[in-house]
Amino acid sequence: MPNDAEPKAGPPPKHSSMPQPLALTVNGKPYEHAGDPTMPLLWFLRDMLQLTGTKFGCGVGACGACTVLLDGKATRSCLLPMQGVAGHQVTTIEGIAGENLHPVQAAWIEEDVPQCGYCQAGQIVAAVDLLQRKPKPSDEDIASITNLCRCGTYPRIRRAILRASESMQAAKK
Amino acid sequence: MSAPVDRGRRRFLAITLSASGALLIGIRVARAETDPDLPPELLGDDLTELGPFLRIERDNRVVIGARGCEIGQGVITSLPMLIAEELDVDWSQVRVIQLPYGYVETDKGPSNKYGDQGAGGSTSVSDGWKELREAGATARWLLVQAAAREWNLPADQLRTASGQVVAPDGRKLTYGALARSAAAIEAPAAPPPLKKPEDFHIVGKPTRVADARDIVTGRSRFGIDSYLAGALTAVMLRSPYLDGTLDTLDDSEARKVAGVRDVIHIPGPKPEQPFVAGLADGVAVIADNTWAALKGRDALKVTWKQGPWSKESTGALAAKANELLDHNEGGVAVRRDGDMAKARKQARYNVEARYEMPFLAHATMETPGALIDLKQDSALLVASLQSPGGASEMISDLTGIPRRAIDVRMTRAGGGFGRRLENDFVGEAVLVAKAAGKPIKLIWTREDDLQHDFYRPFGVHKLAATLDRKKKVTSWTHWCAATPRPYRENGRQRRIFDGCLEPDDFPAGLVANLDKTFFSVPSGMPRGWWRAPLHTFHAFSVQSFIDEIAVTTKQDAVKLRLEMLGDARTIPYSGHGGPTFDTGRLANVLRLCADRIGWGAKRNDGHGIGIACHFTFGGYSAHAFEVAMEGRELKIHRAVVAADIGRVVNPLGAEAQMMGGTIDAISTALNLAITVKDGEVQQKNFPDYPLLRMAQAPQSVEVTIVDSSEEPRGAGEIGVPSAAPALANAIYAATTVRVRKLPIMPQLLRML
Repeated sequence: MPNDAEPKAGPPPKHSSMPQPLALTVNGKPYEHAGDPTMPLLWFLRDMLQLTGTKFGCGVGACGACTVLLDGKATRSCLLPMQGVAGHQVTTIEGIAGENLHPVQAAWIEEDVPQCGYCQAGQIVAAVDLLQRKPKPSDEDIASITNLCRCGTYPRIRRAILRASESMQAAKK
Repeated sequence: MSAPVDRGRRRFLAITLSASGALLIGIRVARAETDPDLPPELLGDDLTELGPFLRIERDNRVVIGARGCEIGQGVITSLPMLIAEELDVDWSQVRVIQLPYGYVETDKGPSNKYGDQGAGGSTSVSDGWKELREAGATARWLLVQAAAREWNLPADQLRTASGQVVAPDGRKLTYGALARSAAAIEAPAAPPPLKKPEDFHIVGKPTRVADARDIVTGRSRFGIDSYLAGALTAVMLRSPYLDGTLDTLDDSEARKVAGVRDVIHIPGPKPEQPFVAGLADGVAVIADNTWAALKGRDALKVTWKQGPWSKESTGALAAKANELLDHNEGGVAVRRDGDMAKARKQARYNVEARYEMPFLAHATMETPGALIDLKQDSALLVASLQSPGGASEMISDLTGIPRRAIDVRMTRAGGGFGRRLENDFVGEAVLVAKAAGKPIKLIWTREDDLQHDFYRPFGVHKLAATLDRKKKVTSWTHWCAATPRPYRENGRQRRIFDGCLEPDDFPAGLVANLDKTFFSVPSGMPRGWWRAPLHTFHAFSVQSFIDEIAVTTKQDAVKLRLEMLGDARTIPYSGHGGPTFDTGRLANVLRLCADRIGWGAKRNDGHGIGIACHFTFGGYSAHAFEVAMEGRELKIHRAVVAADIGRVVNPLGAEAQMMGGTIDAISTALNLAITVKDGEVQQKNFPDYPLLRMAQAPQSVEVTIVDSSEEPRGAGEIGVPSAAPALANAIYAATTVRVRKLPIMPQLLRML
């Protein structure tokens, strides 16, 4: 499994003019990127680390399939160059669960949200971010998630977020 | 059919489906390393296979192979449920794996040991209903026989439950303990009897997506997630002009991009010839990784020759369609009943309207792509597919590699909606891999996807009806002028109107005088199958028009539909989903839907309610919406759908399909259109092909599914067709604006 892989550096520099490798943390592990500093984080995660849970959907920041947490905040990784994430903490869908599933992931299964499943990693990451900011989200708060779902799972996404909110509240007590 | 048994090796039963769908059962020898017939997923050391769908572990866990292409319609769950039901195990014992494409050669020609694996026409569940339950029942029969021998008891005294065989005195043996001896028993000549529906404990029970945990943890592998050592990544720059060709290419800058390995011209199919591979003439940029390939593509300097369709535009297509309808030129009779002239002469009311529907892209969340490894005499394909058989055929056609040496691995697919019924992206990957001499992972960007799709046809529908003085519909005219669905058909004979106009669709057979005519509008736009193909295309016109008749003649729109449907009976239906159409079942879902939305109640809140119904692929559905305008925003307060899809295998999955189909239809009807100008598709990415976001979607979709013991039918497409007209009818009720051209929102905002 990719997230069990040992931390490793990206490929060696192609040209001697390449700057120093960029260092960043992905799912709690340190990585370096010595390749093109303009490479978007999305393709570094996928092609270099083979963390393929983060998906390509549009490449223009419109669909949210590539959403990751950057220093804890939901961010679209397809437009984010590697030089912009040096020194930062990235959490992908593979790093959302601890020993157990995150309450959002558990709620997603419970409400049977996925259809094709492709956008779901981005949706879950966006929901994790939302619940950090708004532990008891209103309908409008939930609708502020702009990730696209082509299969139309939105009503079950709503239910899953409310369920996760409740279980996270209950866990605090 | 049995083969010699080699006692020195592991044996297993080969339960296969012949070309005709019959079960073939025999004993074969498993050689894990060399046996090409079994997927490695089903091989292991501490287990016994009972046919190509089943593996039983010694600890009594059961692995079931899912044969279908999972594109979001839920077959990775529903098809294994059918096997598990008859095998008589608990669903919690079951682990599901995706099977690869099961091509085999038999004396009678090419066949598939798993049966039909494609995803199209909502047939996976109905096709599997008998076959897959029989596969489960046969395995159960063998396990019971094994227990009978063990205990020296007659098999008919034994029963099964939760993966165990139980003797009359209460003794039990697990399937895991019996599997090896079961595999040595001769299979029955005919499939054993199946369970009575009242004994079902899996079929009909809400069951969550089998691999949901992989999805929510990011471990699922879609086609685009496949990597292969030594494979290079390719992206294509294709002619933006329909059937355009490469004129000049300067790749000097592209080749300087770090990581770019090669730039290769890949000629497209010739215009007017059958479509066999990549959709457009293009240039492949081949690189170490995706980003390098994309940067290389950006650095290409290319000019194109525009090709034969350089004057094509959506405006000109609409003008041509209307002209054909105005002048009644060159129409093909699709169905003609009764005496139209007489009906017109005797008419008390005449109603007529035209509806225009745009080209649509599939816009699957996962763009097309393929990973292909061509060897001297074998090939491996890993991709998100809907037609693995078509993919295998395409690779063989383009390489000469025999189909039995082509390993096609389907992954979970990020949406299908008909896009992946075409294998152009597979063909393109083959051409690139051949030219590069390396394994290739081909990636399409969203721009590639929206600009090089097989679009739902464009068309204008002219509807006309006459009514007598009792306001009964006496004649029905449905003329459709459209870019025909058939596009560069490769040896397939289709009628020109197939995929645009269905001869027997409602209200055919229910109105005595009927004229359905198709007019062909020439176009260079590639056309394909878009979820519930022609049903979305013409249900909008039919069900909007009935509403217009009701308004014009001051009738209740539900009663009018019920009167047209008449007494409950079956009438012939020649299209997909036939051979009959049951008017009573359609009337039933219409009534259920009307009741749930509160049809007929007086309102004074400015909200409008609209309704529509449709028969698609053997299923019946009705939609109703409650909407209101809030400033320039359309607010959908309620969305209701009632469906009759026969017996439901997985109620949770069926509900998801109806909910998702409804939202897909709303998304499409409100905002989506592909337009063409000067022979070039104008939409490039989601900002100009704006799928619905959560804020615009209804909070919930209220789904009613009829409790039925009829044969099960697929749920993947039936949730779409009646939604768009119900929405347009609701908008009319709220605003008195009749939108006759899709998408709705630009028209509505212009006309308000």
